[in-house]
Amino acid sequence: MPARRIIACLDVKGGRVVKGVRFEGHADMGDPVELAIRYRDSGADEIVIYDITASAERRVIDYSWLSAIARHLDIPLCVAGGIRSVAQAIACLEHGADKISINSPALERPEFITELAEVAGTQCVVVGVDSRMIDGAWSAFQYTGDVKTITKTARLTMDWIVEAQERGAGEIVLNCMDRDGTREGYDIAQLKAARARLSIPLVASGGAGTPADFVAAFAEADVSGALAAGILHSGAVGIADIKRAVAQAGVEVRP
Amino acid sequence: MSVAIVKVGVGNTASVAFALERLGAKATITDDPAVIAEAQRVVLPGVGAAAHAMRRIDELGLRATLRAFPRPLIGVCLGLQLLYERSEEGDAEGLGLLPGAVTMLPASTQAPSPHMGWSKLARVREHALLDGVEDGAYAYFVHSYVCPLGEATIAAARYGGSFTAMAQQGNVYGCQFHPERSGAVGARVLANFLALPC
Repeated sequence: MPARRIIACLDVKGGRVVKGVRFEGHADMGDPVELAIRYRDSGADEIVIYDITASAERRVIDYSWLSAIARHLDIPLCVAGGIRSVAQAIACLEHGADKISINSPALERPEFITELAEVAGTQCVVVGVDSRMIDGAWSAFQYTGDVKTITKTARLTMDWIVEAQERGAGEIVLNCMDRDGTREGYDIAQLKAARARLSIPLVASGGAGTPADFVAAFAEADVSGALAAGILHSGAVGIADIKRAVAQAGVEVRP
Repeated sequence: MSVAIVKVGVGNTASVAFALERLGAKATITDDPAVIAEAQRVVLPGVGAAAHAMRRIDELGLRATLRAFPRPLIGVCLGLQLLYERSEEGDAEGLGLLPGAVTMLPASTQAPSPHMGWSKLARVREHALLDGVEDGAYAYFVHSYVCPLGEATIAAARYGGSFTAMAQQGNVYGCQFHPERSGAVGARVLANFLALPC
């Protein structure tokens, strides 16, 4: 296993980084370029930018701010937001992205995962899954960028992630919606269940509140990376604090 | 310093160009053999699958241009793998600038494929490409096939087994990791590459 990754996530809406709780009530957290540079300099292992309303608004990510961010980064950059075609994915790569993350469009048309993997390689294809427990089963949700558009799909999360892997995903980011923005810790039970079903890397998302939460995600759920947004934006916890705690727990991280 | 980034298909060529521009180089993403032949440095980046990339290289008439390039040329990720004689991936014939064959990463439950993330570089021999890079420094890898260890190996990495992370023979160089996305370590490797004598 390579060093475990600490991933900084920028949810962008209207050109600004925002943060909600359980995907609602978004507050302004700052400028995406400034925040990306801050995380680069403080030791983030990867940066993810989500244009969170792109899918719901049926538009694609804004390429100009993608380039504006990518130009400054010397760590991997993954982008997400309304990417529905191979041509759009290629445009993202041509504007400085290293990986493409797809979520709602993959649920609309699962063959898209394979089409993208065939052209760009599986290492380039990340499938994001927004998941919440409904009637005792984890279910995948769609169009989660806006409370008015959030839709439960007919798919069970654990079946969907396996299908995504089989179709050519190189990594799964599991957004545990019930923990999003709560700072109560990652959903270890759900992550462990997902880890047991996958052979590709799994990234934990939703609920990070303290450095100990990252230790739990790595040590208990064996995820390859853990993603955080709100606690980093607010300055409540620094990436160095997280890495120190993770290393002290005996888990390998990049210094 | 003019650097030609060879465009052979779909890949993160823009992030390679941004990295070179941060070091003050003038990077051009191109598939034109004349532009490539005239460049002071050539970067063959990592894109898609080996067989597909070699087909594109032949369609574009770039095989001879790359093989005859007299100044420093560096392959990155798949670009490094294309420099070898063969690849198991799609049973592709490579450029034959480095000896040996590229093989599939031996996947296991401890080491699922692809190898994706930050892993340590182990210095195998002293080389200008490693100036200022500490033994055990972390670099960002994303790959499912590996290059053999051999006399060309400068640095190795471990995932499943040990494989070539950096190579050099004559004017031909390579990195299995992505220097454009490996933080200060990667930037130093690229700066070292730009600073090589012609």
